[in-house]
Amino acid sequence: MDINFFSILISGIFVGGVAGYLGSLMLSRKMTIIVDPLSHLALPGVALALIFQKDVSLGAFFFLFFGAILIWFLEQKTKLPTETIIAILFSVSLAVTFLFLSEHEIEEALIGDISKIGKIESLITVLISLFVFFLVQRIYPKLTLISISEDLARAEKIDLKKYQFLYLLSISAVVALGVKFVGGLLVAGLTALPAASARNLAKGLNEYKKLAIFFGVISAFFGIFLSKTTGILPAFLIIFVSAFFFFISLIIRSFKK
Amino acid sequence: MKERILKNKNSSILNVRGLTVSLNREKIICNLSFELKRGEVLTILGPNGAGKTVLLKTLLGMFPYEGKIEWAKGIKIGYVPQRVSFVKDFPISIKEFFELKTKNEKEIKELLRLIGFDETFLNKSLNQISSGQYQRILIAFALIGNPDVLLFDEPTTGIDISGEETIYQLLERLKKEKNLTILLVTHDLSIVFKFSDYVICLNKCPLCQGKPTEVLSPENLSKLYGQEIRFYEHYHGH
Repeated sequence: MDINFFSILISGIFVGGVAGYLGSLMLSRKMTIIVDPLSHLALPGVALALIFQKDVSLGAFFFLFFGAILIWFLEQKTKLPTETIIAILFSVSLAVTFLFLSEHEIEEALIGDISKIGKIESLITVLISLFVFFLVQRIYPKLTLISISEDLARAEKIDLKKYQFLYLLSISAVVALGVKFVGGLLVAGLTALPAASARNLAKGLNEYKKLAIFFGVISAFFGIFLSKTTGILPAFLIIFVSAFFFFISLIIRSFKK
Repeated sequence: MKERILKNKNSSILNVRGLTVSLNREKIICNLSFELKRGEVLTILGPNGAGKTVLLKTLLGMFPYEGKIEWAKGIKIGYVPQRVSFVKDFPISIKEFFELKTKNEKEIKELLRLIGFDETFLNKSLNQISSGQYQRILIAFALIGNPDVLLFDEPTTGIDISGEETIYQLLERLKKEKNLTILLVTHDLSIVFKFSDYVICLNKCPLCQGKPTEVLSPENLSKLYGQEIRFYEHYHGH
């Protein structure tokens, strides 16, 4: 196994795991769909990173975070529905991205490019994944209670704004990491699919979290491995493998009933 | 006017003076004053939209207000909200639900016993229980950490008649066993006579307050409920 492939595989496993973990929280907060438009907000950041030859995750993260705060700000100021604001920012982001990038770069922004991941990038990805993992682990119980009842959470003196901010920060970080592997187009699958598979099989919250991480990890592992042997882009294969597990989980669920 | 906070048994746990709450420029509660004493069951009675839920949430610090809300020092508050919908989007067992607030397994088991369930109930999924059972679970959740006072929003909502009786019997028992002070809001008059030491009739502004048998006259109820009074007069007559 060459070192470059090993770096990619390790990074993929960590990103897949943390994306699945965060996805399980997002599913419980009915927010899996938000990753899709958010990931498109990252695209101008990816474009800038490509133009200046910097790490795409870095560009993606700043634009995502900036975009998420902009959504929150516009929502407060204009009172327009969130979906409308996201749709506006979403189309502007795409237009800006396509205006500045060449055809090859557009492809990279949309479906990712893991060939640039070396030892250093891999190490940084693993460290950021671990940081986000611990952050999500910390906010999970409080956000779960907020999902069950905001009144109960407020009565427990939980600072809703603080936890929503940390949640947004985690989403931005995971999407930024995911963009490198599967691109802006498919990153929603990285969070939603493992969580949905886990939801189909789990009986309790702990099992649900663990299964979401497990499905995230094995989807990334098999996706990247298959990509090496077939030559097909890993972005598609990671999502296909994840969708395959989701399909299996549906079958098992139907048998259980 | 009694505004002192004493530490003995009949001391005040909560002192509210001239409380006014406005949301979106609309006055929801006007000029409400009352005192909650240790060991007492105080009921806020009023029709739907009278500001009862807003009152509880204001007492919990969720809304801005004018006037004075003074909790006795070191008082721990438990809260049972109205309308907590079933958790359908993700799996969570009753044990895991309790663990969102405490990791103390002994306390969880003790509270479960207190609300009348055995230990096997802990592994049940939160969305596989009846609405009556769910309300008991929410009561147990509120009792984690051993609060001095329980704020309860509409205990009867969504519960059938037999379930309703049990919830009140349960509250009576909890009051004795845990030495609880209870502040509950309801639109259901029957509860007030069965269960309360003190009642405040609220329809945005307070209309009457005192012992239920003394203040719940047909005239006061007529003022409180308007057209719905015929039912209550009938009930009160029994």
